[in-house]
Amino acid sequence: MGIAAPKTLFEKIWQKHVVQAKEGFPDVLYIDRHFIHEVTSPQAFSGLHKRGIPVAKPKQTIATADHNIPTKDQHLPIKELLSKKQVDTLIKNCNDFDVELYGIGHEKQGIVHVIGPELGITLPGMTIVCGDSHTSTHGAFGSIAFGIGTSQVEQVLATQSLLQYRAKTMKIEINGTLEKGVVSKDIILFIISKISASGGTGYFVEYCGTAIESLSMEARMTICNMSIEMGARGGMIAPDQTTFDYIKGREFAPKGEAWEEAMAYWKTLKTDEGATYDKVISFDAAEIEPWITYGTNPGMGIGISQNIPDVAVNSTAKDMEKSLGYMGLSKNQALRGKKIDYVFIGSCTNSRIEDLRMVADFVKGKKKANDVNVWIVPGSKKVEAQAIAEGLDQVFKNAGFDLRQPGCSACLAMNEDKVPAGKYCVSTSNRNFEGRQGPGSRTFLVSPLMAAAAAVTGEITDVRKLM
Amino acid sequence: MNKIKSTTVPIPLDNIDTDQIIPARFLKATNREGFGENLFRDWRYDKEDKPVKDFVLNHSTYQGEVLVAGKNFGCGSSREHAAWALADYGFKVVISSFFADIFKSNALNNFILPIQVSDQFLSYLFKAIEKNPKLEVSVDLETQIFSIPDLGMSTNFEINSYKKECLMNGYDDIDYLIALNKEVKTFEETHIYAS
Repeated sequence: MGIAAPKTLFEKIWQKHVVQAKEGFPDVLYIDRHFIHEVTSPQAFSGLHKRGIPVAKPKQTIATADHNIPTKDQHLPIKELLSKKQVDTLIKNCNDFDVELYGIGHEKQGIVHVIGPELGITLPGMTIVCGDSHTSTHGAFGSIAFGIGTSQVEQVLATQSLLQYRAKTMKIEINGTLEKGVVSKDIILFIISKISASGGTGYFVEYCGTAIESLSMEARMTICNMSIEMGARGGMIAPDQTTFDYIKGREFAPKGEAWEEAMAYWKTLKTDEGATYDKVISFDAAEIEPWITYGTNPGMGIGISQNIPDVAVNSTAKDMEKSLGYMGLSKNQALRGKKIDYVFIGSCTNSRIEDLRMVADFVKGKKKANDVNVWIVPGSKKVEAQAIAEGLDQVFKNAGFDLRQPGCSACLAMNEDKVPAGKYCVSTSNRNFEGRQGPGSRTFLVSPLMAAAAAVTGEITDVRKLM
Repeated sequence: MNKIKSTTVPIPLDNIDTDQIIPARFLKATNREGFGENLFRDWRYDKEDKPVKDFVLNHSTYQGEVLVAGKNFGCGSSREHAAWALADYGFKVVISSFFADIFKSNALNNFILPIQVSDQFLSYLFKAIEKNPKLEVSVDLETQIFSIPDLGMSTNFEINSYKKECLMNGYDDIDYLIALNKEVKTFEETHIYAS
């Protein structure tokens, strides 16, 4: 045997999880952690029932209720009957199959991609799946994490493995320092608008460079979270001291000797010198300003100082016309000063404690604009408890923000938290698709800081001008 | 599935996301049936639940088992309900110049064949359908050829051999994986994160 060829981080983790590689077949990949929730799991459990087989690894399966639950009065029975049935089905399935469930009211409940990391379940070098496309969030720890469909949820429940073709690799490097008022959400919105909503399809992305290294774990999660919005299978960041410090001491993180063993593995998790990617893209952090979408896919975005272009990258005149028609906007228009109706701060992209702190710091002593509704939805019970312990709830209350209970909420508007038709919502979530926040709703995706600025002024505002 | 001959339903828009194919508020079911009713719900029906006249699914002219759509079809949410809705409505094939990864895998797992053609071929196909809404297309999975017999046009399409066999014989990934139980157990013995 000669010297092993240099490998990318992605290739290292992938290879460590291949159970079987056979010519002409997809690889059989072992799955370390499987997160499930009420919306994409019932049909998978039905499949197990039908076959009369158990969950292969209940201890590697973690359930929570998040997508389809109310964010008010969570102590009361769910009013909407179909939603109640779906949540009850999850409870029953978890009971029947011996899977731990952090259900409504549980101190560990929350958005699935918020609780995994905060509980120390998500670790470097893992393979992680969930029936949710934003599973890419967990890649921030240097893991291969991706969303799957319900048939695959059933496959993982039944066998703890999946048939997968290896994705191509893409490196996105961002060097330099971010300007004040520019945060990780702006980085990812910027990237997606540069390479389009389909520019990452077929790839697994590794983010690197000094601008990425300087980010906290929560900020890194925001970036990896939206990898899917450029079509990528997932996104990842090599683990470093920031990662290890974040994990240490968390409830399910390895302890003592196990910690040392884990660290030995984690320290190997970086792309080797000389390893090649299928595609490499670089940006300078100084190019990035507070970013905002204007259209109906996340690739349709501009810097706040810019005007809406004639055509977005990789788009057509026809698509632009349809999008702008839906949004009630026109080409060459500036978004600055545009009146808005709702602000939503939450979702698996931006509902962590740092997001809430960032918003609270900005709005402290300020009040929301009169005609704007502001919803702020913490990502988990733990985030909610922490926010209260730090007095952030009082800051939000004084500002006139509606602090609600943990869940996915108006990101996908499966529950009652819907933006009415025709209304504009400035949102920290991840998708501006037609009707995403409620039928006919119109979404502008931004960072938590930009959302806070819009909440206070009642219009789209360059947050840098208020700092 | 092996051979299909059918008229088409064209939706010449790019980036059709799974929220459009099946909006989130219809994901509350706990079974796989009946999603076809709400396929493209918010493009198909207006606020009063009346059919939107100029949407293609409401045209009696456009019918068939083959959906033709713009590039990056099925992007966004991983909801398999999108594939269930298309299958339940009666689609067996989706033609586009580009598919989102998760959708593609969900489609195949529901025996819907995603056929990727070139941008050029797709735009030609849209034009041909516009000219003749009753245009028939034909799909031969075995030879991997998609053709428009009346116009004497055809193109090859790719599908990996494993998935092709699954589609042709109605096999499921899960049977394949369950049969590997022993290999998985052996793998777990030395794997860091296996319980």
